[in-house]
Amino acid sequence: MKRKDIKKVIIIGSGPIIIGQAAEFDYAGTQACRALREEGVEVILINSNPATIMTDRQIADKVYIEPLTTETIKKVILKENPDSILPTLGGQNALNLAVELEESGFLKEHNVEMIGTNADTIRKAEDRELFKETMQKIGEPVAPSEIAEDIEGCIKAANRIGYPVVIRPAYTLGGSGGGFANNEEELVEIAKVGLNRSRVHQVLVERSIAGWKEIEYEVMRDHKGNCITVCNMENIDPVGVHTGDSIVVAPCQTLADKELQMLRTSALNIIQELKIEGGCNVQFALNPNSFEYAVIEVNPRVSRSSALASKATGYPIAKVASKIALGYTLDEIPNAITKKTYACFEPTMDYCVVKIPRWPFDKFIHARRILGTQMKATGEVMGIAPNFEAALMKAIRCLEQNTYSLLDDTLKDLSDEELDKRLHVVDDRRLWVVAESLRRGVTKEKIHGITKIDIWFLQKFQDIIEMEKKIAVGPMDEELLRKAKEYEFLDKTISKLSGISVSDLRAMQKEWNIRPVYKMVDTCAAEFDAATPYYYSRYGVQNESSPESGRKKVLVIGSGPIRIGQGIEFDFCSVHSVWALKEYGFETIIVNNNPETVSTDFDVADKLYFEPLTEEDILHIVELEKPDGAVVQFGGQTAIKLAKDIENMGVPLLGSTSDSIDAAEDRERFDEILNQCRIPRAAGRTVFTCDEAIAAAHELGYPVLVRPSYVLGGQGMQIAYSDQDIIDQIGIINRVVQEHPILVDKYIMGTEVEVDAVCDGTDTMIPGIMQHIERAGIHSGDSISVYPPISVDSRMQSLIVEYTRSLAKALKVVGLLNVQYIVKDEKVYVIEANPRSSRTVPYISKVTGIPIVPLAVGTFFGKTLPEMGYHYGLQKERPLVAVKMPVFSFEKLYGQDVSLGPEMKSTGEVLGVAKTYDEALIKAFYGAGVHKIEKGNVIITVKDSDKEEMLPIAEGLYDLGWTIYSTAGTSEFLNGHDIPTIRLHKIGAGKPDILDQILSGKINLVINTPSKSVAHHRDGYKIRRNAVEAGIPCLTSLDTANAFLRCARHVETTQLSVVDITKVSSFLNFI
Amino acid sequence: MKALLMLENGSCFEGTGFGCEKDTLCEVVFNSAMCGYTELLTDPSYAGQGVVMTYPLIGNYGICYDDAESSRPWLSAYIVHRVSDVASNFRADTDLNTFLKNNSVSGIENIDTRALTKVLRESGTMKGMIAYGDSVDKEKMIEKIKAYRLKSLVPQVSCREPRVYGDGPVKVSLIDYGVKNNIIRSLVSRGCTVKRFPHSAALEDVMAFDPDGIMLTNGPGDPKECVKEIAELKRIYEHGIPTFAICLGHQLMALAHGFDTYKLKYGHRGINHPVKRMSTGRVYITSQNHGFVVDEKTIDPSVADVSFKSMNDGSIEGLTYKNRKTFSVQFHPEAAPGPHDTAFLFDRFMSLMGGERL
Repeated sequence: MKRKDIKKVIIIGSGPIIIGQAAEFDYAGTQACRALREEGVEVILINSNPATIMTDRQIADKVYIEPLTTETIKKVILKENPDSILPTLGGQNALNLAVELEESGFLKEHNVEMIGTNADTIRKAEDRELFKETMQKIGEPVAPSEIAEDIEGCIKAANRIGYPVVIRPAYTLGGSGGGFANNEEELVEIAKVGLNRSRVHQVLVERSIAGWKEIEYEVMRDHKGNCITVCNMENIDPVGVHTGDSIVVAPCQTLADKELQMLRTSALNIIQELKIEGGCNVQFALNPNSFEYAVIEVNPRVSRSSALASKATGYPIAKVASKIALGYTLDEIPNAITKKTYACFEPTMDYCVVKIPRWPFDKFIHARRILGTQMKATGEVMGIAPNFEAALMKAIRCLEQNTYSLLDDTLKDLSDEELDKRLHVVDDRRLWVVAESLRRGVTKEKIHGITKIDIWFLQKFQDIIEMEKKIAVGPMDEELLRKAKEYEFLDKTISKLSGISVSDLRAMQKEWNIRPVYKMVDTCAAEFDAATPYYYSRYGVQNESSPESGRKKVLVIGSGPIRIGQGIEFDFCSVHSVWALKEYGFETIIVNNNPETVSTDFDVADKLYFEPLTEEDILHIVELEKPDGAVVQFGGQTAIKLAKDIENMGVPLLGSTSDSIDAAEDRERFDEILNQCRIPRAAGRTVFTCDEAIAAAHELGYPVLVRPSYVLGGQGMQIAYSDQDIIDQIGIINRVVQEHPILVDKYIMGTEVEVDAVCDGTDTMIPGIMQHIERAGIHSGDSISVYPPISVDSRMQSLIVEYTRSLAKALKVVGLLNVQYIVKDEKVYVIEANPRSSRTVPYISKVTGIPIVPLAVGTFFGKTLPEMGYHYGLQKERPLVAVKMPVFSFEKLYGQDVSLGPEMKSTGEVLGVAKTYDEALIKAFYGAGVHKIEKGNVIITVKDSDKEEMLPIAEGLYDLGWTIYSTAGTSEFLNGHDIPTIRLHKIGAGKPDILDQILSGKINLVINTPSKSVAHHRDGYKIRRNAVEAGIPCLTSLDTANAFLRCARHVETTQLSVVDITKVSSFLNFI
Repeated sequence: MKALLMLENGSCFEGTGFGCEKDTLCEVVFNSAMCGYTELLTDPSYAGQGVVMTYPLIGNYGICYDDAESSRPWLSAYIVHRVSDVASNFRADTDLNTFLKNNSVSGIENIDTRALTKVLRESGTMKGMIAYGDSVDKEKMIEKIKAYRLKSLVPQVSCREPRVYGDGPVKVSLIDYGVKNNIIRSLVSRGCTVKRFPHSAALEDVMAFDPDGIMLTNGPGDPKECVKEIAELKRIYEHGIPTFAICLGHQLMALAHGFDTYKLKYGHRGINHPVKRMSTGRVYITSQNHGFVVDEKTIDPSVADVSFKSMNDGSIEGLTYKNRKTFSVQFHPEAAPGPHDTAFLFDRFMSLMGGERL
């Protein structure tokens, strides 16, 4: 029964999106908030991430977008007086914070109960030694291991256990700082980082069980002790690759009942012993040649895997976990899908799902692609199909990486020897390398020997490759085409292989009645009647998705996997557009393939199609549903890319048409519009070849910006200072075949400004202007962004508003428009305009209180902005300052340079909201994980041209009591200006050198600006890499450093308040 | 070879043959387990049935003889979406296709098993036929289906001669209506010597072993057909020896007490069935395989209490008799396949035989 004493609950969110902690916690948190509120419980939410849906005023009663620190949570607790705290929905971050609060006695002192799972349980699951003891107590095997707290201890432990060993730091997420060591040398290297990274300076040295099968169970338990397993999952990549980086299939494919029940029983024993109340994830390693197994780890909370399990089965884990936390038992909670049965059952699937991680190596070309215990993926996709081959093929094309099957042309040119070498490397391309090896006749047994991938999976890859061959050889008859489609070969892939045109292939399918039907995900394999509107396609006989609804229908195109440049913000926009469309009385149909998101929760839209986002997949849905309109402006570039295709299918786009998109993207058309509107922009040229680019650069004068058109997140954008830069840059752009030209622009170094606007077809409303702290040249997504602007005067602001209004008109925008400007020397230049939602829409919606997405949806149906209550032009400034700060995941991506530039590198963002700029900025730094602000030890090394500008920063920091360390050049310069420094050796120029100092743990901040000179660049790179790997904030722009100095100056005297964002309209009364 | 599955109501599903491709009549039922097909194929309770697997990928880990629940498969036909062409598991002795071929079980694959399951769910369990070849006479098939009768399955699957297993100190007489090996294993591993008797065993036969308890097993078909067996159970109950009954045994014991049974629309077949233990309110996930169920309305509360109920449809899943020595469950505590959550019932039987009361 529901507990009557729980009335007000604090939920801690997971903070910014970083590698290892992505949108899954927004999905879980949002579901949990809704589940609690439908029980009449008041929900107080704390999360620093403004791009989330959970931080909406519709989702929680009170929303604090504040840094996730114990200090903040304490303040909120004091202000709100909650009776409970639910810590299991915000990932590792939330769990750690809750445990800290509990250990300090604060929760007890203020009568706040930890519900769901208590601190003891969390410690038992998370503390390596306690965990091992607990497992030993109940007879569950763990790999032999020892705890070590220093390097010496690690070496001794490894000697006792025997190499190879794996190092796992305690209390970290995404396996951050761990790794495999085959010998002492490797051990020392990994242990140093691992010890540093651990919150309690502790690592586990464990016998390596690499090569065993990795199996996961998602388990639920209530306070009465009822236990069920929601789903089991098998990692195709054996133990050794982080599960977040593994290709995963659900349910398990290669295990017999005996093995599965053995592991299931073990999982239940564990959750019973830990007394978890809610959901839990248990990871096992299973020896493929015996019944021997080992428990790898237990996560006593919802996780990435639980999100995947929820989407794979239809079982809403976070919702059920929340109800359990309120005191319900599993047999009291209805099954939301069947409505006839209860949550106390085990879902069964009649399809299989394949998850593939989405890695950022297309953006981070210098990062090490090797996969290991350190997670590197930013997001993931899921394919659902009745057979493994089809689920895999669907998932591959969900990745949107220009690969639509197991064919990868870039591997064709490798020699057999090179290919064999690649087969020994575990990286993001392994699937395709294995496929290419099979294609060349390498036996499954040999590949299994090298990769330990189960023969069954290898056989399935082989089946797909056989199908490629059959398609290529022909003749194309009904049986072959049907089989190929059952394997989910896209028409364009079949066309490429067979030489038959796509239109001919489509005619054949029509003639032979080969077409997909849609089946329901219903948790029960059709045993019970279900009404969940959650569908996937397959080639079969019976369609279950009835297109009859009697209402007008709108198709909403989602944004696919989370990747750098296209994050959770677009899921926020998609979900809000669905809600708004529903308000207008439409039936909403969403198509998306990201299992981590809110948009793929089955009760968001009226219908969910969990499908890849390609022209063909959309076409099939359109043919069935015949929607009255489609919406592409909220789904990021993924949706925008489909605009023309959807129009060609005869479905009108709601809001701006593909012509508007084209007018904004096409250089010549856009230039013409700017000329008409008399809006200046940096001079630029459209080119197709490298020679043309160099010629253009000479004409414009260096530096120039070089980038491909039609991209998001500045993908492939660089500032070029020389011909060589251009040659390098074009080479990188051309790794992917370009359908669109390359743009070369004169680089203007000014203040960057950004606006989001809503246009109703007549005129435009601008909720607010955002100013970037870093000068132009650093990608807007990587810049600190401030609302309202701090140093753009009203004349410039008026100009920006005027330009935005005329641009919207000229581009015939209906709905959203995002424009980026540079302000320099009393002039405003346009950088680019995009008639779609942007990364900043959620943040600006929240801080201004203006519902931007619903307003945009209103304009689709002819509502004017004044009708909806907003006057044209710039809206009144709110009496607050909001600072959005980017957050990076560089420590996870070995090899990637952390310096910022025109290509976006951040994975997430945090927000600081306050009544003054200083306070907001301090909050944002805290939120981004920069905790040492008032004073400390800083390493400053900047390139020569930055030295003058750096001087006041160094001086300021020194005056505040910071100790400055630097190498010869910078030291001399600073000393010459009477700023004392501690001089460090350059790398390798004597001991201790600058790197030793960084790794010593004494340094709190690194300021390093990248130099163009090769040798300096290499040293700077090492400094920056080592800083992030040691967990030290590293500022690579002097503008950021200046902002930091400003915080350091004011941190002592600034009182940080907490702000409930839902009360933003009457903001001043609440602080 | 092309193959066609036809149901009593005329629904047809085209597919491809595998296993032994001989025309077969059967009662078509579906099972929602995602694993454990070896145990399922060799479970004698499926005698005479054509089993549809709702999970589409079957045979992935091959057939491990160790996992067999009896000496051979008993079902008439196996209906799946896709049979794996590799058997990938370190214990695999053979592959599914070969196993069915060698044991004369007809198979049909490439069926939209979800669509088929929905037909069975909506119209109930039906008779059906699988026919092979390019030209099948649908008229004739429907005639044959209509004429087909399933009967006296228990005598077919029960052992002919008694046999003894284990050498533990506790003696159990087991009446085999179609026993799954894991019932025997579950007893032997707890220190029992089990003597297995044919279905027709009389009280005198089973008592001649001087047992501490009687085990009544699962088995196929309509319990009401087992008239003689029911009569014998009445005598066993009256004798007062500790008795544990599973599945068909549970139904027969109920019938012996004058309770009624009826046929469920489409049965309970799967390994995800939640049952609630009435005494504690705890829910357990169980393995189930039954088409008939004891009718709650006919239970005399002075004779037996309901001990377990299905969470899905509220039907009876267990009874405890008032002599405090006899208890029975509809589900399968021996699992195989499925969860081991209710294995404690065997421990309970052991304590009962040790002199404790229910």
